[in-house]
Amino acid sequence: MSPEATRQHDLTRLSAADLASTLASREVSSLEVTEAHLDRIHAVDGDVRAFLHVAAEGARAAARAVDARRAAGETLGALAGVPIAIKDVLCTLDMPSTAGSRILQGWVPPYDATVVRKLRDADLIPLGKTNMDEFAMGSSTEHSAYGPTHNPWDLDRIPGGSGGGSAAAVAAFEAPLALGSDTGGSIRQPAAVTGSVGMKPTYGGVSRYGAIALASSLDQVGPVSRTVLDAALLHDVIGGHDPRDSTSLKDTWPSFAAAARAGQQNLSLKGLKVGVVTELGGDGFQAGVTQRFQEALELLTSAGAEVVEVSTPSFEYAIAAYYLILPAEASSNLAKFDSVRFGLRVNPTGGGTVEDVMSATREAGFGPEVKRRIILGTYALSAGYYDAYYGSAQKVRTLIQRDFARVFADVDVLVSPSAPTTAFKLGEKLDDPLSMYLNDLTTIPANLAGVPGISLPVGLAPEDGLPVGIQFMAPARADARLYSVGATLEALLEDRWGHTLLSQAPDLAPQEMFASEEGAV
Amino acid sequence: MSSETPPTVSTSANSRPAGSGTPGEITTDQVAHLAGLARINLSPEEITKLTGELVAIVENVAKVTEVATPDVPATSHPIPLSNVYRPDVVGETLTQEQALSGAPDHDGSRFRVSAILGEEQ
Repeated sequence: MSPEATRQHDLTRLSAADLASTLASREVSSLEVTEAHLDRIHAVDGDVRAFLHVAAEGARAAARAVDARRAAGETLGALAGVPIAIKDVLCTLDMPSTAGSRILQGWVPPYDATVVRKLRDADLIPLGKTNMDEFAMGSSTEHSAYGPTHNPWDLDRIPGGSGGGSAAAVAAFEAPLALGSDTGGSIRQPAAVTGSVGMKPTYGGVSRYGAIALASSLDQVGPVSRTVLDAALLHDVIGGHDPRDSTSLKDTWPSFAAAARAGQQNLSLKGLKVGVVTELGGDGFQAGVTQRFQEALELLTSAGAEVVEVSTPSFEYAIAAYYLILPAEASSNLAKFDSVRFGLRVNPTGGGTVEDVMSATREAGFGPEVKRRIILGTYALSAGYYDAYYGSAQKVRTLIQRDFARVFADVDVLVSPSAPTTAFKLGEKLDDPLSMYLNDLTTIPANLAGVPGISLPVGLAPEDGLPVGIQFMAPARADARLYSVGATLEALLEDRWGHTLLSQAPDLAPQEMFASEEGAV
Repeated sequence: MSSETPPTVSTSANSRPAGSGTPGEITTDQVAHLAGLARINLSPEEITKLTGELVAIVENVAKVTEVATPDVPATSHPIPLSNVYRPDVVGETLTQEQALSGAPDHDGSRFRVSAILGEEQ
């Protein structure tokens, strides 16, 4: 490996926090950092397929602009010059935004999502758009109209979903940061199965203006990263009130990065009460997942935390409620894809009315999972079934909120495994939608109640060597607590391992890339 | 509502019944009707496959009726907000050109669609 190639390789391995300080001290330029990540994407994304669109020229231009301003002596934001990948559910002015659907193939929105505008204002460098299950419906990224993303730990396995592209991009060192969206676990479950970090903020804590809606009472945009501190730094950039999102909270938020740094520095958890959710573990959970989870609990205890069992009986009904509420809201939100204002239009042979055109367009433009959920949602909302299904599901939501309120009166944070299993094989659950839905068991309650949840890696399952994640949940608005506790556990684990979990991931044959570069030198 | 209560077909004037019967009894005719409501053309094969899948899914999700007793209020939004207003001033809006930029068809100032009414209307 040439010194140049080594340096590039090293730049892609740095955390966003370390990259930011290296950039601020002008040891490297943003253009150099950006080129290193574009090279990495070029070398590995043919296998991983995390990206649907790579904006190489736009990224270089943005990086040059940041470098020029830094050279002129301007003091820039905490993450200025750091590259980032953006889930394709978010609208971007200069890149196609498809939400993984054929119906939006090639569509370039006339505006940026608020979170994207905030990234640009904070001088982050958008590298491109990441793959996802179509309209965020799925737990494996296999429902993307553009083919699946592959798990960097084992290319035959799923990277989770719906945000498998964002999680795989950070896990494969193609980007230090990414944006995701989490409706029932789409940030946290991919983080768990790829050994990365993913945070679903409090509902309303991050703007959703310009996020293509799946289920509006559940959707939440949030950070994807390799470290807890990096997620916190990104959350500080994207969070806060947005007058363009009527569900956006007007709260003043503390610095999440400060919370994460405090958690890294003070490794004592004395005084913290942790509730282990009985209903989110046990039977049906993979043995290695349970084992690593239990070891993490022991580590929390040894750091001074009081760990107790808590029961939330209504969680047993969470998946059922979710798979009524989500399809109902999705069937309504996706009505906008009507072939009139944007996206695909298919004219049926022999012509027809606008209604015929809509029906032909939606037949051709939507994949099987989207059709399935729209029909299910239409059923759940139809007269005669509305009270029994949608109405009852909304009542279950109340019961779940009451369970959260009751246990949070006694404990500071809740914990569970982030997902019942490690990454399953591509294709394994594709023909069994119900079994795919059950994979979201652990993550859905937080969405139904609007509380924040974070997933971070706690090791590899002994039986398959694949990453296992732990999920922490806190009361609504207590996002900072998750960064603090998460950063402490992360520091304790890395101290025990002597390395980060992702440093153990396969290197995805970048030798070829460096060989060819050396050849070019 | 108890778990034993079958849903009744609403007679509300502005809603269209999707079919009759108890939860779980989903027929291909019903799925075809739902597809019509959702404006999605489905092939007979897709309708048959979806019907089987929906039966399995609905059997599982119907358990929500077990605990949704009349005394429990419904929650539609996780963090309640009310009276979300903004000052009544003109803000940044899309230009006509921007609004039409992604349209499959337009005449320069309006979205263009095919006939809204069929021949029989």
